[in-house]
Amino acid sequence: MYRYDRIDQQIIDERVAQYRDQIGRHLAGDLSTDELRPLRLQNGLYIQRHGPMLRIAIPYGMLSATQLRKLAEISQRYDRGVGHFTTRQNMQLNWPQLEQTPAILGELASVEMHAVQTSGNCIRNITTDQFAGVAPDELTDPRPYCELLRQWSTFHPEFAFLPRKFKIAVNAATTDRAVIRAHDIGLELLRDERDGIGVRIFVGGGLGRTPILGQVIREFLPRRHLLSYLEAILRVYNRYGRRDNLYKARIKILVQALGIDAFRRQVEAEWAHLQDGPTTVPDEEFARIAAHFPPPAWETLPAVDELHAARVAADLAFANWVRRCVHPHRTPGYAAVTLSLKAPGAAPGDISDTQMLVVADLAERFSFGELRVTHEQNVVLADVRQRDLHEVWQIARRHRLATANIGLLTDIICCPGGDLCALANARSVPIADAVNEKFDDLDYLYDIGDISLNISGCMNSCGHHHVANIGILGVDKNDEEWYQITIGGQQGNSATIGKVIGPSFHAHEVPLVIEALISVHVEQRLPGERFIDTLQRIGVEPFKARAYAGRDRRRGARQENREVVNA
Amino acid sequence: MPRIIRKQEIVEDSWQVFSLAAGDSAETVALPAGPVLLPLAVWLARRDEVLQRDEPPGVWLDSDEGPEALAEDCARFAVIGINFPRFTDGRGYSSARLLRERYHYTGEIRAIGDVLHDQLFLMRRCGIDAYAVRADKDIEQALAGLRAFSESYQAATDQPLPLFRRRLAEHSA
Repeated sequence: MYRYDRIDQQIIDERVAQYRDQIGRHLAGDLSTDELRPLRLQNGLYIQRHGPMLRIAIPYGMLSATQLRKLAEISQRYDRGVGHFTTRQNMQLNWPQLEQTPAILGELASVEMHAVQTSGNCIRNITTDQFAGVAPDELTDPRPYCELLRQWSTFHPEFAFLPRKFKIAVNAATTDRAVIRAHDIGLELLRDERDGIGVRIFVGGGLGRTPILGQVIREFLPRRHLLSYLEAILRVYNRYGRRDNLYKARIKILVQALGIDAFRRQVEAEWAHLQDGPTTVPDEEFARIAAHFPPPAWETLPAVDELHAARVAADLAFANWVRRCVHPHRTPGYAAVTLSLKAPGAAPGDISDTQMLVVADLAERFSFGELRVTHEQNVVLADVRQRDLHEVWQIARRHRLATANIGLLTDIICCPGGDLCALANARSVPIADAVNEKFDDLDYLYDIGDISLNISGCMNSCGHHHVANIGILGVDKNDEEWYQITIGGQQGNSATIGKVIGPSFHAHEVPLVIEALISVHVEQRLPGERFIDTLQRIGVEPFKARAYAGRDRRRGARQENREVVNA
Repeated sequence: MPRIIRKQEIVEDSWQVFSLAAGDSAETVALPAGPVLLPLAVWLARRDEVLQRDEPPGVWLDSDEGPEALAEDCARFAVIGINFPRFTDGRGYSSARLLRERYHYTGEIRAIGDVLHDQLFLMRRCGIDAYAVRADKDIEQALAGLRAFSESYQAATDQPLPLFRRRLAEHSA
């Protein structure tokens, strides 16, 4: 993975000093609460329901075992021994003390980590495919491009106070695993006969209050122009994006207002001045960064390990885990492993300090000392020998890291919700728990098959509910927690925004509604159909009808609230 | 006399920032004597009159006013102010870069408005070289904000080569 040189380290050390000074001036009364807010947010520090929350950057989801051990140590010393992985592949600590945050950043800097731009109206952590570098369907490793973007976006002087947050994701595989069209800018790496590697650029996507998929602004841009072209987009956005209304300030609103063609003309006109300037990236720089991501020292192994195959044949529980949590690898004899952070009863994406140490050990023993955080809030060991899978499974299982539910109904993407987040309208973790309780039979989960269920506690949509087959959104009505259900959303190459099925449901109804939706699928599916396939074939109506069938009886005492609640 | 930061130093300064009050018309408002930064609307309405005054002309751009409006005339100004109505309004950074890099303005660019310690480094990188730090803030303390970082990744007005070009030059040297 990328290792800092002297200058990278110096910049991060200076950031720690700057932040320490800011907190010091705040505590001394020289920097008001309002003046500190944007500054601390650009260092990942929120003031939450119970106190501060610190969001630590994990650039494009890559971590070394050493870094994860440091996170475990920090969570023990400064927090409550638990971290939460987010859909931007970052980690949140929910219980730090404000006064201790400079010390935490100092600790992070000692392992080449930071919390730079994990919040605020600036360019956020770049995200990508968790299988970068090992995916069989990959054109090229996206991580050098992500690192190039990380450096370019870090403390960019012109774009530190944008109208609103700005998210960029990169995909380099046939299958998009980075939800690039749900980003302000989505980059898809492509190869062109004449120009070599370049990017297709999507702009104006985003979830939140107004979910919109990004549109193509450039079908192909040679990679050397990547940064100057992004500067042109960002400059147009910085100058003309709305600043009068928080909810209309994302670039997607500007793109919608102008139309993609007019927006493109503005960007191209700006880029005409920047093209071929000093920000043009020479091949040597791509090579320099790519040298930080060499393929690990994979052994030459047979494509199928006989011992592994025999264990799969002999042990159903292991076979189920392999089926759901082990993924193909471009190198014969190797596999990528997802360690599920979606065990029943656990808050999705939470990882304890003990689990962090276990994962660090697993990474070191079995996967060249590195791991990845997924935007689905799990952890990946990318380079495990097939013959080691059984041992990895046994160790992971002892620490509740081997729930065989990846891609199934209980592999829920879920924000921290109203239990912790000050922005949330409703809690999300108890809904995830309730779904887990309702669907506690693994065999039934396998029978239901591939499906995505995502939960966001508010319109900010951190839980990506818009792009889930079943999305759940917390809404606050009369100080009660209600949930709006969308269906038909999906990630990947055919990314789709889900549609709201109707009036929202009370918390206690949600598991029943999920059950109703699932039963329509199970009854109506053709052989091999996933939930989304069935839905697309038969349409929304049968699902909607079942979800609301018998609702008056279920609602019981809540009936009298209905008109107000759904107003 | 008010103090500002110019380049790296705290200096006394006599430029006034003149704003149109409600009901004032750019065409008819009386202009104060002495060196003054005029609103863009006044400059556009009374260009010839302003150029005939004894004082060197100055103008200021609000955050929703682009430097395009000054493009032809940049070189005439001793000082161009860029207003930051709130420090979180980042449009002025783009305006400053455009003045320097596209219109090749070489005079003083002065940040006015909600100008605070922690933005000075970014402003400097974008070509702003004078800073009217908000009057209620400690200008001596703010001076340190200019030097928050000793190195930067991107090309900007202060450093025409991005770090990757300088790194490559160093490696091949």
